[in-house]
Formats: sequence, structure tokens, C-alpha cells
Amino acid sequence: MFQYIVARALWLVPTLLAMALVTFLVMHATPGSPLDPVAEGANPLSPEAQKNLAEIYGLDKPLPEQFAIFLGKAARGDFGTSFVYKTRTVAEILRETFPVSLLLGALALALAVVGGLTLGILAAVYQNRMWDYVSVSLATVGVAVPNFVLAVFLIILFSFVVPLFPTGGWNSPRDWVLPTVTLALAPMGIIARFTRASMLEVIRADFTLTARAKGLGERAVIFKHALKNAFIPVVTLLGPMFAAVGTGSFFVESIFRVPGMGRFFVLSMTGRDYPMIMAVILTYGAFLAVMNLVVDLLYGALDPRIRY
Amino acid sequence: MRGQGPRSNESGEAARSSNLWRDGLRRLRKNRLAMAGGVVILLLCLVAVFADVLAPLPYTKTNFGRLNEAPSREFPLGTDQVGRDLLSRMIYGARVSMLVGLGAQIIVVLIGVPIGALSGYLGGRADICLTRFIDVMYAFPRLLFVILVMSALGAGLTNIFIAIGLTGWVGIARQTRAQVLAIKEKEFVDGARALGAGFGRLLTRHILPNALTPIVVSVTFGIPEAIFTEAALSFIGVGINPPTPSWGQMVGEGQQYIRSYWHLCVFPSIAIAVTMLSFTFFGDGVRDALDPKLK
Repeated sequence: MFQYIVARALWLVPTLLAMALVTFLVMHATPGSPLDPVAEGANPLSPEAQKNLAEIYGLDKPLPEQFAIFLGKAARGDFGTSFVYKTRTVAEILRETFPVSLLLGALALALAVVGGLTLGILAAVYQNRMWDYVSVSLATVGVAVPNFVLAVFLIILFSFVVPLFPTGGWNSPRDWVLPTVTLALAPMGIIARFTRASMLEVIRADFTLTARAKGLGERAVIFKHALKNAFIPVVTLLGPMFAAVGTGSFFVESIFRVPGMGRFFVLSMTGRDYPMIMAVILTYGAFLAVMNLVVDLLYGALDPRIRY
Repeated sequence: MRGQGPRSNESGEAARSSNLWRDGLRRLRKNRLAMAGGVVILLLCLVAVFADVLAPLPYTKTNFGRLNEAPSREFPLGTDQVGRDLLSRMIYGARVSMLVGLGAQIIVVLIGVPIGALSGYLGGRADICLTRFIDVMYAFPRLLFVILVMSALGAGLTNIFIAIGLTGWVGIARQTRAQVLAIKEKEFVDGARALGAGFGRLLTRHILPNALTPIVVSVTFGIPEAIFTEAALSFIGVGINPPTPSWGQMVGEGQQYIRSYWHLCVFPSIAIAVTMLSFTFFGDGVRDALDPKLK
């Protein structure tokens, strides 16, 4: 077990290296350069100025050397200075914004897992009755409708029609509610669907019948026997779910004016902010990889048939 | 899960292939939710085609005396930040959404099906390379990749087609490959080969027609995904070029003024939600109709 964790953690290094290399290559292969930005509102620079800037940022060196320098610095947690926010280092910006995104993502995932499981179980236990329909329609809406559209509806409903929550900001727990719900609905829908399907399968399995036959109460049958088995396929979903919440957060953060990392996904790419692109993708990638490891370990803890 | 092949009825499928589609259509007709979705999609297509006739005003017509007006008799859905009629812009927005949804899917099929079919049929090293490549593409968050491509190519409708086509073919290639792999070992393929059918004929006449069901299902789900991608890109501002109206872009711009002018983003939001739900219902219906076992 311990060995497995160490081995998996060591695998993080080549994974991140590959990710860094691909991003680096794609970034430099795309037309447009940070020295001659195609971004909105940018002025063209004179060739001399471009040359000077290239020297300062090390962009005049050959690509392999640039990549090596980047790796050396990144290993020490130094991602350089942002090309767009010239007075701040990338590490500073990320230190400020990543925790906000992390909190939002964690809240949303917690809600998605708890809500999705509840809805899925209700739907399976009360199959083809009201709870089933409620949870299936909620799941459908959550999956089908883009989260920026959901955000608009939620703001209209819960900020204007029933003024319960503010339309944006990130100062008090009350501000957290709407962004969290918006971000959680899609993964919640997916989890609910999967839980329902796998619960329905498990409820009809022989061991559930045995549990009932030996006189266990309905509660114990559902939670101790059925849910534990039905949960396993759902856990597999959690990995990709982290990714979905991560990309989704850009829209949610921009609508609710959450000061998180999400906006840098797009801003860094359109602004050709090379250091920022690398840092954002790698932070995201590392986070995803760690989460996938956690999910795999959770898998083993839940299912005694899986041994490492 | 959605889109896996109908393994069990493959052998009988060739003999009653015309019946499969007829049965499917019958089952689809009985599905009320799917039919409702289909009707909405049809209406949206009509709106998109006849936008020039339906729109009361040109979508570029500004009116600086009537900015951000709430819905009224003159402007049924109100006016936007530069006094353009919101209803007209919504009608032309339908055109963009439908074009992207259908057009991008055509590109996706044209790239994905041949690659998947060849890789599945030929096997060997080409197949290994492709599967590895597909796995890598799957690991990348799709939307991020599209944004990256768009920021490299620049905004515009053609580039949206390219970006979605470049990233979207992977799923359909994977499906086609799996189908072709399963079907190429069947007796009827051997039979056709024994009768002297060449490589091209085998693939296009004998194997692909039998692999169509999951491809059709995957296309019906691909359309709303493409529409969503366009809306999301335009929302960020790297999608459609203004002044061409797109629902996503209207939501993106309108949500900044949601406190003062709710109508700016609410109507396009409703349009996106209705479109996405219609395609989802219709797609679910098509999947269940063509392959009842998958339900």
C-alpha cells in the first residue's frame, strides 16, 4: 500500500514534465507572440523594443534552452513574472487566487457528491415515482444547460425575485452559495444519474435479497449493503469531475466576480502570457493528478477486492 | 453507457438493416419528450433559415435614442447597449447556433469516421499510435484545448468549425474503431472477402453500414456539445466576431449589466437552455430508439 502510494507519487514527475513540454510546444507553435500581441487594445512595438524585451524575458534564446531554464526555475517554485501583470510574479498571483478557486471547487464538489448521491438513491429507491422524476429532471437540466446560463437563472431567481443571496462577490459565506450551486449542478446531475443506475442494479442483486431475507431493516439494506457497492462506479467518475469543475469555474467565477484562478485560463492564453500559461496549466494538471491518486486510493478503501 | 454498440443483435442486423431504422423511427415517435425536442429543433432550424424574413430589423441597426430598453410593444424583447433590437439579434443568433451545431458535426464525422474505421480495420502499428493519441487527447480538458486553438486562430465562424472539428473527432473515431474491430471478424465480412470484395468495398459497403447506429447516436449528442462550445467561446469573447450576434456572446455581454438590465442576458439564456434541452431529449430518444438495450 505504502509502496503503491510512493510509486504513484513518483509518477507525477514524468506526467507533469510531459504536460509542461506539450504546453510549451503548443504555446510556441501558435502564431502570435507576447512581444507583438494580438490581444485587444495592444499597440504594435518597434523592432528594437521587441528585441530588448525578448532579451529581458529570455525569449531570444533557443527553445530547448528556454525550456530548460523554465524547468530549473519551476522546480524551485519560481514561474517568473507575468507578461501581462508586469509588476507581479506568477507565483504571487497564484498564491492569491488559487486558494479561492480551491475553496469554490471543494464546496461545489462536496455539494455535487452529497446532492448527487442523495438524489440518485432517492430515485432508485422510489423508482418511477415522484422522487425519481424530480431527480432525473434535475440531473438532465444540470447536465444539459451550460453553467453560465444556469448562473443567469439562479441570479434572477435568488437575487431579484427572492432576494436571498447577492449577485456576486466573495466576502462572506452568503456570497459562496450561488457560485457553488451553479458549479455543482452539472457534476451533481452526472453523479445522480450514475448512482441511480448502479443502485438499481445492486438493489436487484442476490446479496441484497439475502440481506432482506435475513431480516435486516430497509435502512440497513440500502445504506450498508446496496450503497456501498453502488458507490464504486460513482467513485470512478470523480476524477473527470474534478476536471469539469476546474474548467467550469472560469465562467462561474467571471459571472459572480469571484477573485479566483479561473480567469487566467483564458486571459493568459489570449494575451500570450507564457509564464502564466505554463503555471496555470501545471497547477491545474498537478491538482488533477493528485486528485486522481486520491480517487484511486479511495477506491481501494471502499472495495476490499481491490488490492495494491 | 451511451453509444456502446449493440453487440447482441449484430449478427441479425445485416439481414434486417432496413427494419432497424424503421423500428427505431417507430420507437422515437412514441417518445413524447424526444418528439417535443424534435419539434423545437425543427422550429429553430426554420428560424435559422428564414432569419432574414422573420427578423423585424437588421441585427446591426443601432438606435442611440433607445438604449437598454425593457421589452415593449415596439421591441418585443427590448434593446441592447447600442439600441439594437434584441429579438432580431436572437433570431440571427439561432442561425449561428444551428450552423455551428450541424456544420461542426459534419467536419467531426468527416475526420473521425475515416480515421476510426481505418485504424480499426488495419490494426497493427497505425492502430496503436491512434489509440495512444486518442488517450492523450482525452486527458486534455476539451474546452481548454478549444480555447487554446481559438486564441491561436482568432475569432470567427470558420475558426470555430476548425477548432471544434480538430478536437471533436476523437470521440467518434474511438467509437467507429471499436465498432469496426467487432464487425470485421464477422462471417458476412469473410464471405464478402471470399467473393472478392476489395478493401474499399468491404469497408464502405459491408462494415460501416453495420457500424452506423452508435455513430448516429454520437452525432446527435455531438450537436448540442458543439452549440455549447460555440456559446461558451462567444461568452468569453473568443468565438463569433461582433457584430454577428451569438446567444453565448449576448449572455456574456448582458450578464455584466444583469443588475440594471435583466432582459439583456435572460432571453438569450432561455434560448440556449431550451436549445440544449431539446437536443438532449431528442438525443436520448434517438439513443433509446436505435438501441433499447442501452437505456
